[in-house]
Amino acid sequence: MSAVRTPTLAAARLVFQRDMTLAWRRWDEVAQPLIFYVVVTTMFPLATTPDLSALREIGGGVVWVAALLASLLALESLFRADVEDGTTEQWVLSGQPLGYLLLAKVAAHWVLTGLPLVIMSPIVGTGLGLPTSVWGVLMFSLLLGTGTLSILGGIGAALTVGVRRGSVLLSLLVLPLAMPLLIFGSRAVTMQMDGDSPAGPLQLLAAIFFMALSLGPLAMSAAIRISVEN
Amino acid sequence: MAFDGAVFEAREINAWRGDRHILRDVSFSVRPGEFLKVTGPNGVGKTTLLRVICGLLPAETGELSWRGQSIRGRRDEFNFELGHLGHLNSLKGDLTARENLKFLAGLRTTLTAETIDSTLDRVGILSRGDLPARSLSAGQKRRLALARLLLADAALWILDEPVTNLDTAGIRLVEELIVDHVEQGGLAIAAAHQRLLDDAPCLRRLELEP
Repeated sequence: MSAVRTPTLAAARLVFQRDMTLAWRRWDEVAQPLIFYVVVTTMFPLATTPDLSALREIGGGVVWVAALLASLLALESLFRADVEDGTTEQWVLSGQPLGYLLLAKVAAHWVLTGLPLVIMSPIVGTGLGLPTSVWGVLMFSLLLGTGTLSILGGIGAALTVGVRRGSVLLSLLVLPLAMPLLIFGSRAVTMQMDGDSPAGPLQLLAAIFFMALSLGPLAMSAAIRISVEN
Repeated sequence: MAFDGAVFEAREINAWRGDRHILRDVSFSVRPGEFLKVTGPNGVGKTTLLRVICGLLPAETGELSWRGQSIRGRRDEFNFELGHLGHLNSLKGDLTARENLKFLAGLRTTLTAETIDSTLDRVGILSRGDLPARSLSAGQKRRLALARLLLADAALWILDEPVTNLDTAGIRLVEELIVDHVEQGGLAIAAAHQRLLDDAPCLRRLELEP
């Protein structure tokens, strides 16, 4: 047997593929955030007012808050199963840069839980009276926002994976970091609706996303290494 | 496979777990063709020692070297030559045996369907290849974990209680695999309570004392 070392990119693709395969077999767990997102946003008109012009005022904010909480819901279990069954141990020992493998895992997690929220947002937004003119901005801001949140959440989940009942701690860690996303994201939607250019808040969202993308893998791999030490 | 000069050496390893000083000045070396069996009562630090070697636990003091060079700062290179079988089998219950190998062993070396099949055959679970790992017996899961170790094609094997859950045929299989590995010039370090290759010429012992 002569061993050909797997290129890092191929290894990352395997991690991604594996999580997709697993999600396909456990689709009910994956669908949970999306269901939460749809249910919460449909409750708002019921609880406040069916008047679309009044809903429109808060619509962008509601969609963003719901998306944020829905993403958070899926985070807690992100690394838990892999740490408990020893898979992350093998990742650490695979000779591949751990950060890339974890980033691939987070990417799979985003495709499964973040992307559906983005795709669903025009429908959800319409229910809250958002005009079609803001669909683009809403989706783009959520695209950047959920992406950033998956990475930030990945860092939080990696840090709290060794902690029993870590979900409270995870929310406390991630939510403050997510506040800028919420502020800039909903601001972009409001500005678009008021006829202003939303470029400013969108650029800030993009800046936060790229910062998370570049530093996140380092933080996650450091946190996972600490977690497997137990 | 040539593992010339592949000597693993540990010098004066000290490690703590919480406030317990578990490993005190442990030193040893393993050369190609040798199987080092770490023995000692429960809780003496066998697993701790193996995890320190793998870098899964930090050592307080001491030096690990591989091929004559300290592994500090060269972890990824060292890890690629290291195959680890821990207490946990690192299997996903929802994936089939073949998928488990593809997605985990495949991270290290590029695998083909034939290599996977021949390895499953070697550990005696080829007929279970398409069953979810969840439905395998404890012994079969252990065999699947052994298949992963074989596919890693590593020079240095670190085995923590490799024969757990295995029947007598399984224990013989582990013994054969270890002998094959060291005869090809590989190195192996295992923690074991049970009889394991007790009379083999490649065996060296490291007794840990409380």
